[in-house]
This record gives sequence, C-alpha cells and structure tokens, in this order.
Amino acid sequence: MSYVRSAIRHPDAEKNALGYTRKEYEGAISSLCAGCGHDSISSAIITVCFEMDLEPHRIVKLSGIGCSSKTPAYFLGKSHGFNSVHGRMPSVATGANMANRDLIYIGVSGDGDTASIGIGQFAHVVRRNLNMVYIVMNNGCYGLTKGQDSATADKGSKTKKGSPVVLESIDLCEMAIQGGAGFVARGFSGDKKQMIMMLKAAISHTGLAFVDIVSPCVSFNNVPSSTKSYTWVREHMEASHTFDFIPYCQEISTDYTNGKTTPITLHDGSTIKICKVKNGTDITRRSSAIAELEKAKEQQHILTGVLYLDPDSKDTHEVLGTSAIPLNSMTEKELCPGNELLAKVNDSFR
Amino acid sequence: MKIRRVNDFVIRFANVNGSGSASANDLLAKTIFRLGVPINPYNIFPSNIQGLPTWFEVRISEKGYLGRRGGVDFIVAVNGQTLRQDYDMVQPGGYFLYDSTRKLPDEYRREDITVIDIPLTRLCNEEFSDPRLQQLLKNIIYIGAVSALLDIPLDTVSQAILKQFKKKPKLAKPNIQALKIGFDYACAHHSNSCGLSIRSSTAVGDRILMDGNTAAGLGALYAGATVVGWYPITPSTSVIETFERFANLYRVDKESGKKNFTVIQAEDELAAIGIAIGAGWSGARAFTATSGPGLSLMTEFLGLAYFAEIPIVLVNVQRCGPSTGMPTRTQQADILASAYSSHGDTRNVLLFPRDPHECFQMTADAFDLADRLQTPVIVMSDLDLGMNNHLCEALHWDDKRKYDRGKVMSAEDLEALTEPWGRYLDVDGDGICYRTYPGTHPDKGAYVTRGTSHNEYAAYTEENQAYERGMKRLMGKWNTARCLVPRPEITIRKKGSKIAALYFGTTTDAAREALDQLESSSIFINEMRIRAYPFQKEVFDFINQHDIVFVIEQNRDSQMKILLSGGCRVSPGRLIAVTHFNGLPITAIIIRNQIHTALLNRKLKQQ
Repeated sequence: MSYVRSAIRHPDAEKNALGYTRKEYEGAISSLCAGCGHDSISSAIITVCFEMDLEPHRIVKLSGIGCSSKTPAYFLGKSHGFNSVHGRMPSVATGANMANRDLIYIGVSGDGDTASIGIGQFAHVVRRNLNMVYIVMNNGCYGLTKGQDSATADKGSKTKKGSPVVLESIDLCEMAIQGGAGFVARGFSGDKKQMIMMLKAAISHTGLAFVDIVSPCVSFNNVPSSTKSYTWVREHMEASHTFDFIPYCQEISTDYTNGKTTPITLHDGSTIKICKVKNGTDITRRSSAIAELEKAKEQQHILTGVLYLDPDSKDTHEVLGTSAIPLNSMTEKELCPGNELLAKVNDSFR
Repeated sequence: MKIRRVNDFVIRFANVNGSGSASANDLLAKTIFRLGVPINPYNIFPSNIQGLPTWFEVRISEKGYLGRRGGVDFIVAVNGQTLRQDYDMVQPGGYFLYDSTRKLPDEYRREDITVIDIPLTRLCNEEFSDPRLQQLLKNIIYIGAVSALLDIPLDTVSQAILKQFKKKPKLAKPNIQALKIGFDYACAHHSNSCGLSIRSSTAVGDRILMDGNTAAGLGALYAGATVVGWYPITPSTSVIETFERFANLYRVDKESGKKNFTVIQAEDELAAIGIAIGAGWSGARAFTATSGPGLSLMTEFLGLAYFAEIPIVLVNVQRCGPSTGMPTRTQQADILASAYSSHGDTRNVLLFPRDPHECFQMTADAFDLADRLQTPVIVMSDLDLGMNNHLCEALHWDDKRKYDRGKVMSAEDLEALTEPWGRYLDVDGDGICYRTYPGTHPDKGAYVTRGTSHNEYAAYTEENQAYERGMKRLMGKWNTARCLVPRPEITIRKKGSKIAALYFGTTTDAAREALDQLESSSIFINEMRIRAYPFQKEVFDFINQHDIVFVIEQNRDSQMKILLSGGCRVSPGRLIAVTHFNGLPITAIIIRNQIHTALLNRKLKQQ
C-alpha cells in the first residue's frame, strides 16, 4: 500500500482544454481497503472532470459519514469540500447551492448514509430537484463499523459474517424517480466505461442527477452469497440501454449501426444518445422507468444505465425564482432596504 | 368597594379559540395604544386551532410598566367552558362582564365584584342573520360595550375598525354597526357602573407596538440574510414568515422579478440548520429559527458549525419544555441547552433581547458577530416576546452601516500571500482564522471542511497535539467573543448597597417594576441586565461587589445561575435563585415576594 502519491508525472502527460493534466484533478491517497469499489468511482470522477474540462475550483464536493463519504478527500484536491454529519449531506448541499448557483455540486454518500439515517434528507433534496450530482456508493453494508447490513441489502442476500437479510431492501433509484429527480442512473464500480458516460451526463444535467453505483465492499460483503459482490453483479448485470454521452461542442460521431437511437438534449446543450436495445422503453416516462426496474428485479437482474431522464427538469432556483446572480455575492446595496422604508414599517405598527 | 382607576388596570378576555376573538380583542388593545396609553397585551392560547379556551390579557399602565402584573380587574367572560374560573379570578372590587342571553347560575354569588350583564348573543342574532358573521360580530358587540364602560369614545374605536378593514371596506360597515349596538346597550343599562377608565395620554410617544418575531425577521432582512432554511414550529414560525413577507416586498429585483433571497421550508429542523450551515459556509448570510424540540434536533449540526467554524444565526424562540412541553406557553429554559448545545466541548454565543426593538437590533448584530467569529450565534427570544405585541422604541437602521463579513480571503488576498494559507491557522492571535468561500481561486484557498479533527491546514488528523491546539484556540476565540458581544446594563440604585439582582430578556420589565416597589419600601437593590453570553469581566465584577445577588429567571433549574457559576469566577453562595416557570410570564408580584422572603430568611438566620 502506498502512503504518499508521487509528485512526478510524465512530462508528456495528456492535457485537457484548460491545459490541466489529470494530476490537477487527483486528491490525497486513498485510505480505503485495497480493491474497494469506491476507489474506482473516485477514479471515474477524476477522469470525468478532467475530460469535461471542468475547472477544479468551480466544483464543490460534499459528503456525509462512512467509507463512501471519506472519498472526497481522494479526488479533486483543488476543489472545496464539505464532509458533513451522518446522513445530512443533502441539506448542506442545498444551502451551499442556494448561496452560489454558479458552482458544480457533487455529493457523495453511501447506502447507510442515504438509505437509513439520511433517507429523509435524500427524499427531500430529490423532491427539491437541487442542481447537483448525488452519488451513492452502494455496497449493502456498513463498512466502517465492520459489516452490518444496510437498508439496500437485498432480501436473502448474505454478507461474509451475517445471516440472510430478512427485510425488504430499499431501491434508491425507484425512490429518486418517484421523488422528482430529473436524472436517475445506476452503475457498477466494476464497469468504468459506463460509469464515466453516466457521470458526464449527470454533470451536464440541470437538476438533481442521482447516480446509484453498486460498489462491492471487499472486506465485508464480497462473498458469492451477497448480491452486492463483484461476482454476483457481473453475472446479473443488465444494461437498460446502451447509451453514449456527447458533450456540447463536440461533433456527434458515435456510430450506432442499428439506427434506433434517440437523442435527448441536456440543459448545457450536450446530448445523450440512447440506443434502444430492448423493447423500446421510454426513459422519459416515470411509470415505465419504474416498471422496468421492478421487472428486472423479478428476474434477479440489476438494471444499469440511465434509468430515467426528464429533459425539462426545473431545478430549485428555477422553481423558487431566485436571482441569476449568486446570493453570496450580494452586498448592502442589493440586500438592505434602508431606513426610509423602515420608518414606513414603523408607522404600520402604530 | 369598586376598583376605581384611570389608565392603570388589567382587563382580560376569556374566549374560545378559533372564534375570531383575537382580532376583536386586539382592536381594543390597539385603540387604547393609539390613545397614547402604554399597554402590554398578552395572549394565552392553547396548542389547538379551534374550540379550546383562550385568554387575552391587556395590562394598561400610564407609568409604563410593561411586564405582566398578575390579577385581573375586569374580565369579559364569553367562554362557557371557563365561566366559573373566570368569575373566581376577578380581583375584589373588580368587574365581571358576561353574556346574559343565558342567565348566570344561582351559585355565582360574589358580592365583592360588579357583575355587568349584556345579552351579547341575543343582541347579535336580532341584528345579523349570517351565522358566521354572528360569531364574529358578537365579539365586536362586547368590544363596543367595554369601550363605553371604559369611557373610550365610540369614534376612536370606529376609526380603528376602518383602519383594520382598509382593504375590505365592505366588512367595516357591519363591524361598526355591531360596535354601536354594544356601545349603546352599555350606555343605556350600565352607565356609571364601571370605575375603570381610559383617558388619552402622551405616555406612548414615538414608540411602536410590535411582536418580537416580526422584529427578528426584519432584523435578518436588514442584516442581509439571503438563505433561510426552516421548519414550522410554534412559537418561532412567524420569524420566518415575516422575513419572507418583507423580502417579497423589498428584495425582489424590479427588472428581472427574481428574488434576492431564498426561503426553503425543509423536511425537519436538522435539514433547516443544515441548509443554513451550507449557505453560511458558502459565504451567504444564512439563518434559521426554531423552538423547543427543534433546538434539540439541531444540536448535532450546531456542534459541527462550532467545530468547523461556520457562521450561522439561529433565532431560538423559547417555549415550555421539556419534550413537547407546553408549546404555547413561555419560558427561558433553553439557556444551558443553547449555550452548550452539542456533544463534546461546545460553547455557543447567546444574545438576550428584552423587547422587539432589541430583537431587531440583536438579530441584525448576530449576523456581524457570526461572520466575525465564524461560529453560530443564537438569539434567545421567547414566546412572550416573540408572539405578543410589545410597546418598544421604533426600529432604526443606520444607512451608513456596512456588513462586517469577518476575515474572508479574496482571490487577490490569496495571491498576495507569501506563506502557505491555513484555514485554521491563528495568524492574528485572536483565535479567529481566515476563511475562503468555495470557488475563490483556481489553485489557492481550497480545503475540505469537516467535523472530524483537523490541523491548522484543515487536513484530517488524529494527532493528539493538533486536536488539543485546535480546541485551545477555540477557547482563545471565545475570549475574543467576550469583547465583541453586547455589554450588560447596570443600574446602581444605591451606592454601597450589598444586595443586587440580575435578569435578562423578557424578565426585565417585571424585574424593574419589582425593584421599584422594593425601593419604595426602602430596599435598595442594584441591578444588572445580562445581554449576552460569554459574560464579560464586568458581569463577574458586579456580582462580586455584592454580598447577595438575586438571579431572576423563568425556568425551574436556575439555568442562568448555573451558567454564571460555571466559570468559577463567582462563589455560587452569593447567587440566590428567583424563579418562575408555570408557562405564564413572570410578574412583579412574584419577584417581589420571593426577594422579600429570601431577605427575611437571611435576616432571621443572622439574628
């Protein structure tokens, strides 16, 4: 295990449009267990931000408590971060976003942090459709307290030391679709290519982009009896659609041979091209998106990909009609009504 | 003997809640206030929307004593559920007005009071046929009768009605008609039966009649608060509702129609304060308001804001605890829970407003303090102050005033640094470090804010010395806070007197009245009004200059006394608790009696 990341990089390391190398997007060295799915997700986030030419300091990363919530330290070292309290990342993200709408907000949480202690905050940030990417690194267990079942552990699934789960699991993607998130996707930390496309589309979307990523816990929940293990997921994964994300300004060059693609334009002008490999499910309809998830579950499949997308999604600022100028930049001039008006207020209390 | 007094009595209305009585009673209170006579109206209401007993009490005091007096001189009893209780509580020599459409039962036989019978229901039903209107106008009929009995000119009350219904002139007509019915009936049947009277005065002066929550909401608006997270809870709800109402008037950009503020009704109090913290961290002025159980729910986040050093303002409108307690009754019982809110070594700055004027000032100042100190600042209002109208000085804003945003690094500041920047590095030696807002500079000033232990450069650490250094620095900052918060108000009634009293917040008016009364019996008690926590040196000096100090407060456990003893700078034996905690505001009589008894016991012991 390495303790220090080497500062030396290849002099010809690839640079993005801002002239930054991947290094500018990296964070501190991870202290998670070797092979942890979360590290692959961190790596995908680094790649996504690098390839999308995002300015690191214009990104805000937020998290709650747990293994997953530690990861913001391991990516985007030049970004501001907020490691808040257990299950409460969504409210802190809401406040930060309302204060400055010009930054990109990436929230990272886990299944304990979101599906149990933070389920109320999760449901409501989704309902507000806050403009952020909300990633759940979902391993079906509490890693940091050594392997207790979480609320996303599937009924019948069994961790390394536990007995089969007797309660129903919570499907966060279904909840997010019902609650009003404009973008809902599910990925697998073992499928980096899909993760990267999914996260790029999530960042381009305006409104709440919820991305649930099954991310095995190698220490406590990576046994064949667990539905959150590498082997189980690989064997039962099914892509809802193959899709490609085409950033704004980039030529659409992706070649879909069967010609059955549907382009959906996102808020920033970029496009998602959905290739309908299956029965032509419309991912812009809530009811069919949920039906597909349930159907896959019956067949013991994990449906991955972009599951739901509302191209007309309105975020909190738009719904509430807040100023286009970030509220944190306003001064006495915009904010203080002055003593003359106060004198009038006084008069109405006489 | 009838009580005969001018501009100095207590009148109480006994009603059923949800019957429209509140606005009728308020109408009379406003009328007296507009005649220039100081009043203190107080609403005793249930945690219920319709059908339970509610009382509205107005203390009228030409001398300007604005605390609750205790005792009732005149009662308007229109609630059958509490008729007996209301009948029994009238002071000897007082007046009992009731709806004589139903005869008073035979066992009501007090001979020491004057019973005034007015057939309110009959008069009302004879004149008005709409059942909903009947219920509302019955209230106005008794207001008419009371006005006549108290010698208030009919025209003055009519003017108040016209003002109240300015936007709905159609409704003014039947109201004025009802008013006249009551007024005429009282003149015809009860002239000269009441010895209480209102005479116009100049005692009110320039003052306004406002509730503390309105003032706090305005304070936040003037201080530039832009992000509000909140969850409705009695009695703090109207702080946010007022903020939003005035913000919609004064904070909407004329050209774009967009709001220069946002109010987010959260899913609970945890999220409410979380939103404020996220916004405060990001450089917006943010606040929330809560009460009782809401404060308990916010404790974890308060600890985060203290430890990660994020400015937020919390308006705590205290109510009766513990647990759900009495949600519609008042107390000052969150002192310790607020001061030490959260696990671990946590201390929060508290401000104690005494009236709406100070609610405005202190809420506005709280934003400067929070930004300067990078920590939560809690404005300690209460239900009495927050939800009732109080006579207070008119609000004022100095247009030259600049918001103090504290130590914030701009991109240029970061650029000019020669040493590496550390978020928790105490450069100036006052315990307050320099912070940055997210997104300030491409490669300087970014850090991860966390509730876990961190070193001077905001890096996660479990190194014991680094943790200890951080905690000690926070104590240094606490000492800086001591110099910045409002100073106590000290009044020396007699130089060299060894007896003193201290009080804070809404106890002030009753305490001063009690001390005035004691002074008139030649007991001179010096006084100090505490306005903030942490306490300054002069608070301890004042206490140590006296042999005994009464600590007057509205909670069972003498929480302020405990807080004062906590610093070990006063000997606890010096402090004598004067407490009141039944949910109604403390009165001068209660304070006077407790001080009297304590002084007597002390004398007996010394003999």
